Amino acid sequence: MEKDSFKLGNKEFTSRFILGSGKYSVDLIKAAVNEAGAQIITCSVRRTNTQKHENILEYIPDNVTLLPNTSGARNAEEAVRIAHLARELGCGDFVKIEIMGDTKYLLPDNNETIKATEILAKEGYTVLPYMYPDLYAARALRDAGAAAVMPLASPIGSNRGLSTKEFIQILIDEIDLPIIVDAGIGKPSEAAAAMEMGATAIMSNTAIATAENIPLMASAFADAISAGRKAYLAGCGRVLERGAEASDPLLGFLR
Amino acid sequence: MSEEQKNQFFVDGKQLSGAALKRKHELETDPSTRTDCMKFMPGMDQIDPTIRETVLKQMNDYDYEKYTDMDVRRALHKRTIDVEDFKALLSPAAFPHLNEMAERAHYETGLHFGNTVYLFTPLYIANYCENYCIYCGFNCYNDIHRKQLDKDEIRHEMEVIAKTGIEEILILTGESKKKSSVEYIGEACKLAKEYFKNVSLEVYPANVKDYKYWHECGADYVTVFQETYDSKKYETLHLLGHKRIFPYRFEAQERAILGGMRGVGFSALLGLSDFRKDAFATGLHVYYLQRKYPWVEYSLSCPRLRPIINNEKINPLDVGEAQLTQILCAYRLFLPYAGITVSSRETKRFRDGIVKVAATKVSAGVSTGIGDHEAKYTHTEEKGTGDEQFEIADTRSFDSMYNDMESEGMQPVTNDYVYVG
Repeated sequence: MEKDSFKLGNKEFTSRFILGSGKYSVDLIKAAVNEAGAQIITCSVRRTNTQKHENILEYIPDNVTLLPNTSGARNAEEAVRIAHLARELGCGDFVKIEIMGDTKYLLPDNNETIKATEILAKEGYTVLPYMYPDLYAARALRDAGAAAVMPLASPIGSNRGLSTKEFIQILIDEIDLPIIVDAGIGKPSEAAAAMEMGATAIMSNTAIATAENIPLMASAFADAISAGRKAYLAGCGRVLERGAEASDPLLGFLR
Repeated sequence: MSEEQKNQFFVDGKQLSGAALKRKHELETDPSTRTDCMKFMPGMDQIDPTIRETVLKQMNDYDYEKYTDMDVRRALHKRTIDVEDFKALLSPAAFPHLNEMAERAHYETGLHFGNTVYLFTPLYIANYCENYCIYCGFNCYNDIHRKQLDKDEIRHEMEVIAKTGIEEILILTGESKKKSSVEYIGEACKLAKEYFKNVSLEVYPANVKDYKYWHECGADYVTVFQETYDSKKYETLHLLGHKRIFPYRFEAQERAILGGMRGVGFSALLGLSDFRKDAFATGLHVYYLQRKYPWVEYSLSCPRLRPIINNEKINPLDVGEAQLTQILCAYRLFLPYAGITVSSRETKRFRDGIVKVAATKVSAGVSTGIGDHEAKYTHTEEKGTGDEQFEIADTRSFDSMYNDMESEGMQPVTNDYVYVG
């Protein structure tokens, strides 16, 4: 198979597993890099904004691309401010926009996300917006200069799987940008399913962080993502919703 | 109030003049000498009372004896815990299910917070108080050393604390607006911003414009303890001062939100009144505010009564550690997204255990006295300090707390916040 890579901004990646930021630990970062081959690791600016203890940045290898996120932002203005802070902290020009106006479900606010994407893309950031999978919002994000769109599979941290499957498929079919499925993936099989659908990459954290054996689960995710990707490239055989397929064509009598 | 309870709380200090003693006794024994605790005083903001009225009505109607084993089982098997389920989980019928509650609480805490435990320290900058709250060490009739830190002293305390690695500070005062003015507290916030990443306040309830000012000075979280949601009981415990005004205190968090604060904290002081009703009202208070202000961060504390200077007899009555655990698990299941703080009033053993079940934040390096951090941190004598609000049970330093949490398999976090105005 030829090199199978994808681009975000001016960087090229071959790993389709991206580590999310929800539940951090040094063990998790090690497992993500060593077992799942992660080339991108998300870090929340507000968690990185620390001095004495546990600065996550120290544990991230140099060859890994940092993806700071704007969690804690409640609107576009705050997201922009946090993105600026990320640059000051030396986190580079990648930014994942997370804007939540609801601390109970932590669902992204698409409208504010579009506004922030436009501002930050103009400022030269490689903008990866986390969003609720809505076609109009995805188009607006594309038009605003997003480098990818990151629809959620389920409420963040919930491990509930591909609840928004149908809508993610629409984005995959209609938006000519990398589609990175983010949030809610609970099991490797769900990651494989999303990859089979044609997703570009999977971002996950909780599924691995809350596993009994973190390195083994990271490795399972890598295998699943790879299997799903290969299946997508191979072109999945058709699945019959009901009935059976006659081995002799039903319309063989037509001339 | 029973005679036994009165005796438990009332202590006459030797420093009181004849007139003061007379007034104190009047307040304690003759309700007609006390003001109407439900009537706002001049200058107090009055906002939409809907949430207050809703919470209090539901609390008054809550009959926890009617919930059965079946109600509890049903609640524990539901995906979303609603208000009725919350009532069942706080009822005596849920007590035999404490293990199942803890298991689910552990799971929910993990989903929302991972294995993190946030660390902070409180800083008392003044213990002057104009209120007579009969269970509190700072009450205006209690014979204690009073002190208010000036700017230099506050800076010194903050330097000492910041050096230990603490990045989140909770600034507290006794409730005296005369001594600890809005401006004084604002200046303390500005100083704190220099030394800490995260600044929160636990001071007297204030008006919207005051919260807005404190927010501009750098504070982003406000905690107000309602103490008890039972207004009749409240009246018999808070005999004098601004704090006596029950509805103004109840609405403090909502005013803080209107003033632009990012997060608000709530609590009943368990042991003052019927703890099931108080815990129920505390949870509901968060629940309704969350529906109205979904972008705000909510947190709960769960203090139990502790002995104070000059009164060793004060205790949390019927709220044992198991009851406290039931309350905390019920909070976690009903409000899975809310932070839960367990203070140094509780022991090391309890705190080390409960962070794995429901709690998300603990204090460390705590002093409830005024201006004595250096002495406490270096184990030396310091003169001219102010006395403590209550006795603490867990005296661990920040470092030992940090290490203990790590060795318990938890992930201590010193900061997860950025001030964005």
